[in-house]
Amino acid sequence: MTNTPAAPDLSKSDAGRRSSAPPVTENGDGAADPDHHNESIWARLRSRQTTWIFLVLVVIVAFFAIKGGDRFASTGNFLLIAQNLVVLAVLGVGMTFVIVTSGIDLSIGSVMVFASVVSAKTMAAMDGSGGTVVLVGILTAIASGAVWGWINGILVAKAKIPPLIVTLGTLSAALGLAQVITSGNNISIMKVTGLTDFGIYQRILGIPALVWVALVIVVIGGIVLHKTKFGRYTYAIGSNEEAARRVGINVDRQLILIYLYTGALAGVGAVMYLAQFGTTTIAGATLTNLNVITAVVIGGTSIFGGIGTMFGTVVGLFIPAVLQSGLVIIGVQSFWQSVAVGVVLIAAVWVDHSRRAAALRGAKKKSTPRRKGRSRDSNPSSTPATSSSTQQ
Amino acid sequence: MTPILEARGLSRSFGSVRALDEADFDVEEGEVVALIGDNGAGKSTMVKAMSGNLALDSGTVLFDGRQVALTHPSDATRLGIEVVYQDLALAPHLDPTQNMFLGREIAAPGLLGWFGFMNNKEMRRKARQSFNDLGGTVRSLTSPVGNMSGGQRQQIAIARAIAWANRVVFLDEPTAALGVVQTRNVLEAIKRVRDTGIAVVLISHSMPEVMEVADRIQVMRLGRRVATFKGADTTMEQLVGAMTGALETEGQSS
Ligand SMILES: Nc1ncnc2c1ncn2[C@@H]1O[C@H](COP(=O)(O)OP(=O)(O)OP(=O)(O)O)[C@@H](O)[C@H]1O
Ligand SMILES: [Mg+2]
Repeated sequence: MTNTPAAPDLSKSDAGRRSSAPPVTENGDGAADPDHHNESIWARLRSRQTTWIFLVLVVIVAFFAIKGGDRFASTGNFLLIAQNLVVLAVLGVGMTFVIVTSGIDLSIGSVMVFASVVSAKTMAAMDGSGGTVVLVGILTAIASGAVWGWINGILVAKAKIPPLIVTLGTLSAALGLAQVITSGNNISIMKVTGLTDFGIYQRILGIPALVWVALVIVVIGGIVLHKTKFGRYTYAIGSNEEAARRVGINVDRQLILIYLYTGALAGVGAVMYLAQFGTTTIAGATLTNLNVITAVVIGGTSIFGGIGTMFGTVVGLFIPAVLQSGLVIIGVQSFWQSVAVGVVLIAAVWVDHSRRAAALRGAKKKSTPRRKGRSRDSNPSSTPATSSSTQQ
Repeated sequence: MTPILEARGLSRSFGSVRALDEADFDVEEGEVVALIGDNGAGKSTMVKAMSGNLALDSGTVLFDGRQVALTHPSDATRLGIEVVYQDLALAPHLDPTQNMFLGREIAAPGLLGWFGFMNNKEMRRKARQSFNDLGGTVRSLTSPVGNMSGGQRQQIAIARAIAWANRVVFLDEPTAALGVVQTRNVLEAIKRVRDTGIAVVLISHSMPEVMEVADRIQVMRLGRRVATFKGADTTMEQLVGAMTGALETEGQSS
């Protein structure tokens, strides 16, 4: 387009402020992407909490590998750890989206229990143990999870009730209904061998099938979050909802979809749980929501929205799981795992916080950009009442 | 010539504050109209009303002479109306390119685009071009906007509006945080945009700036338009007089 006559003055005036900065390159369409030129890969990595937290995981793994030897550092043990994480990982995918929008979903564990109860009851009522039954079980679980997610989404997006309150309510309601449906008794689906065999015995390339399922879902979730418009709008809403609305993003629809998908993923988690254990565990999911939120936050997703990665969530899942496994193997009471996870959680958020505060040198992050000078709020007397009589 | 955009008798109260009180406004194709007035006169509220960001108590908005209902920002966007808001309305965690293309991402070619994938490289290229046209103070296109200076953020918001407007662009105090050179660039950009036939509405507290670029100047006071001047033959005294109410100019308003 047109040239920029002011460019020479500009680089001169900038030289005083940022002497180390390279001059502005004018050829924006060169082969090499000019916008990465002053940020090395290392600088970009270093600025991410995910990188640090990944190093923490590496250190923990190394520590237990040295202390615990082969009993810890064996393929079998790592697969066991992964296997114990499959359900949480699937729930974590949805939770990452929710938290990036600056929301929260406390109901996720209850919704999973509800979905597993509905699904198990349906499967138990059907004849047979194979294909059709399993398919119906999967669909009912996903559908009943999605319904709860949809309710969450509608209440958050349309009724404008804070997500904390909405999902606290559905946490209670979904669990209560699960108990009503079953009179509090767990339902076994051991007879549906099509599902339990898959969950317990099936391996692909030596790795349990459920781990593959979780991996695929995590990878798809990561691609959607980081590479698609859907993901970008998710960040935009968490970053500045008003700005997102003003550029015409359908914020309500986006929020409803995110909560709905999260509920549907809880349904998927329910099926995986049933496949793994062959029975519902109505009382067994009271901490599931907090475990998932902990993992997401340890992984660097900001509870205030706008920041987060799917890879971080995976790392955040592994830290508590590795601690648990490692502590047992080296003979420390596993209760210490809870203590360690708590410390890691707070430390992770604190490090992230102080690092960001240092980077911004005290500038506030979430506030709308500062204006120079005037502020309409602080100047109510700018239209003196005495002059109103001159109006027409 | 019918104005592109015209407001008739807009009213809106916030509690006991009448932010707009039977306010009129109009802007024609290819002209720069300055909207001036004291703090709290209702300028920003007027912009919100004409960009689908405000529910009105009464009054009508006409676009190309036809009455339109602007109930949502996307209504205005569809008509080719863009706004640089006083609070800029950027997403601080997204980078300049992502902000510039937010809601209008360029899809990746082929099937990938259908799945919602984006052509980030092309978007960066176009964004770089737009920022360079404004004087290129935006250096990194890949770091979050929240870490940038007020002036850089302002440039991003301006570049976004200019890039997408094809009928009307509102600039609510676009130079408030800018340095001398950057202010010049914005004023030049305003003239360039006007010369392409787009209507520009400039809100500013800087009288020299207003008198330099404006073809017409409309003065608001206490929620209504109290005067309209031709940009060329206006004195500072007249403008200040109309803004403060010292000068009764109601008869001159169009
Ligand atoms: N959302 C709102 N809620 C309550 N009052 C509001 C709101 N928006 C505007 N007002 C009031 O309406 C009046 C006009 O405000 P407006 O922002 O339009 O002024 P302005 O002319 O843009 O002033 P400035 O030059 O300071 O930007 C002010 O008294 C303001 O306090
Ligand atoms: Mg204003």
